[in-house]
Amino acid sequence: MKNTVILGAMTIAGLAAGAAAAGTLDDVKARGKLNCGVTTGLVGFAAPDANGEWKGFDVAVCRAVAAAVLGDSTAVEFVPTTGKTRFTALASGEIDMLARNTTWTFSRDVDLKFEFTGVNYYDGQGFMVPKELGVSSAKELDGATVCIQTGTTTELNLADFFRSNNISYEPVPIETNAEAQQQYLAGACDVYTTDASGLAATRATFDAPDAHVLLPEIISKEPLGPLVRHGDHEWGDVVRWTLNALVTAEELGVTSANLSEMAAGTNNPEINRLLGTEGTLGEMLGLSADWGKNALAAGGNYGEVFAKNIGEDTPIGLARGLNAQWTQGGLLYSPPFR
Amino acid sequence: MSDKTTQQIAFVAEGMIPESPPPAREAGAYKWVRENLFSSIPNSILTLAALALIYSLLSNVLPWLLNGVWTTSSLAECREVLEGKAGACFSVLTERWHQLLYGFKYPTDQYWRPNLALLLLLIALAPVLFFDLPRRLLAFTAVYPFLAFWLIWGGSILVPIVALLGFVAAGVVFQKYGKSSFAAGFFGAIVAALVIWKLGGLLIPDAASDNAMLSSVPSRDLGGFMLNMMLGVTCVSLSVPLGIALALGRQSSMPFIKWICVVFIEFVRGVPLITLLFVASVMLSYFFPPDATVDLFLRVVIMITLFSAAYIAEVIRGGLAALPTGQYEAADSLGLDYPQAMRLIILPQALKISIPGIVNVAVGLFKDTTLVSVISMFDMVGMIRGPILASTEWNGVYWELLGFAAALFFVVCYGISQYSQWLERRLATGHR
Repeated sequence: MKNTVILGAMTIAGLAAGAAAAGTLDDVKARGKLNCGVTTGLVGFAAPDANGEWKGFDVAVCRAVAAAVLGDSTAVEFVPTTGKTRFTALASGEIDMLARNTTWTFSRDVDLKFEFTGVNYYDGQGFMVPKELGVSSAKELDGATVCIQTGTTTELNLADFFRSNNISYEPVPIETNAEAQQQYLAGACDVYTTDASGLAATRATFDAPDAHVLLPEIISKEPLGPLVRHGDHEWGDVVRWTLNALVTAEELGVTSANLSEMAAGTNNPEINRLLGTEGTLGEMLGLSADWGKNALAAGGNYGEVFAKNIGEDTPIGLARGLNAQWTQGGLLYSPPFR
Repeated sequence: MSDKTTQQIAFVAEGMIPESPPPAREAGAYKWVRENLFSSIPNSILTLAALALIYSLLSNVLPWLLNGVWTTSSLAECREVLEGKAGACFSVLTERWHQLLYGFKYPTDQYWRPNLALLLLLIALAPVLFFDLPRRLLAFTAVYPFLAFWLIWGGSILVPIVALLGFVAAGVVFQKYGKSSFAAGFFGAIVAALVIWKLGGLLIPDAASDNAMLSSVPSRDLGGFMLNMMLGVTCVSLSVPLGIALALGRQSSMPFIKWICVVFIEFVRGVPLITLLFVASVMLSYFFPPDATVDLFLRVVIMITLFSAAYIAEVIRGGLAALPTGQYEAADSLGLDYPQAMRLIILPQALKISIPGIVNVAVGLFKDTTLVSVISMFDMVGMIRGPILASTEWNGVYWELLGFAAALFFVVCYGISQYSQWLERRLATGHR
């Protein structure tokens, strides 16, 4: 997810502005389908199941947007993209939005001319070690051999971390996550480092997951979020506020279980505005009044989506951590619906 | 002298000694083993080492294969069933085989369509591959591409019919005018085909695909081994004629044609296939308006075809260069014009020489079709690397999936190789 974006940068430069003719919202409505870019497969975030249905944490964002705009969470055409094709697919108009665990960085936002519409997962680079190594902190890893994916920002983060802590390491360069799993299990390296969510998913596939621990240090910021083309603010607002609706719904206690009850009207004016029984928020976005209700009906609020796809009850077993509501000590903080 | 000799001989054999069996160490399995496996000390050491290697391989692989679990629904369950013993988790194949073969979006109740297309492919290929069969079967081969298109993509049957009619019209025009002037026939044929296609396109109603006999399947929904087969068969069959044309063009005495062919071949050979695929998937979408793009499958077919045509052209050029100049001069002296000389004298010999090389390119091309997984097409390898390994149930199953893919590719590639060896034997005319 952090591969170099040179290819994208070269092809996009200068062309993005032309391709980003306004009116994506109208295009989507006219087409009756949302073209949503996802990854070709990442455990928990997006993958088709045995029946060919896309499932996952990023997929849920696509479905919520489709439900908000078109009232139908199945009206999505999922366009699988690789790390190399994702930005051109978005810039060329092949997809309307990209929800592909993409890190929000300055250059992608400014130079590649995209608009990140929020953060749906706060990730960061972590370390995994076998339990028998007896290490409890990354600062004790002096002289360790580290499996690291080449050509990613994780490589640079790692070098920075070890240098600033004045300890040494031996890198074992590898190409893919699959290769890393094999190398790490075969003992070719003491430590495997990549995004914490990826480490958790990798550990879940091991024969004996309990024999490996994730160290507490997170050494980089990887805010992952959906993005749209620069310059189409109406469409950007739709995606941004759909994501915010999922977050706000969790904060306000609106779940898929009590949604229909709440949609009948409550004493809390913000819930009423969110679900469209009060105010004209939907109209301002160019959507129907019950857009928020539709978005929540697609897969529930943020917490439900998280629990169903990557939460602690799934094999991936990610804790909420940074992705808890601000009231719970996390970073999720949606602006008010007013 | 002779008398003396006869008197000295005490015994004269009066009949043949009955044949006795050879000594035990010079016969049967014993002899074979001794001569082939233990003929010398280094040879014996190598034999023992090889036996030890085979034993260690089998003792690891066989329990893994035989202990295989076929019925669970996730890798975790596999591990529960195995309880720590070595064993493969083949359940991933039983649960996901249809995704591996057809991709994850091809409608499940329509699998008979690609199956039928594959069966008909064998029938259509038979007269091309085995030229002892009656030539009339070639008529089916000519119709097959349009039939297969209709079977796999579905939609209105009018589309392939109009396409076929366009080619028929082109053929008729070429027959009529091509005799007198090649250029008139060639360009007349192109114009005729374009006119038919344009008129046909106007005649086909927009909604024809909605209630067609076979439901329409977009290219994006194709995948799995089916996609590899389709790309492989289409690209090989298109690139051989194109390669022949390029090879002849490169040898041409007309400088313009010659330089076009040289530049094309050298350019395509100098660029990696993966670059061409990226151009097909990424760059071309900038050149078309967003709603009117050329189908991705078609773009990829064009790129792979151009790529392999350049290689095949060079292989055939090697065949042409191997022919003695006398063959060309003989053709000229018989008064044959260029097409006749090529068709009757030069190409039959040059192509025969080129067979191993062409098959080499074809096998390589077939395996290269897995590269489309990097431009997010879900061919067999794309299915494995993407959706299947990214599912929570099967993340971590590598050997079983990739072994299955390897087995399928091996079967096809070995088949192609065996055919080419048969072809070489069949065409051998004893020059060696």
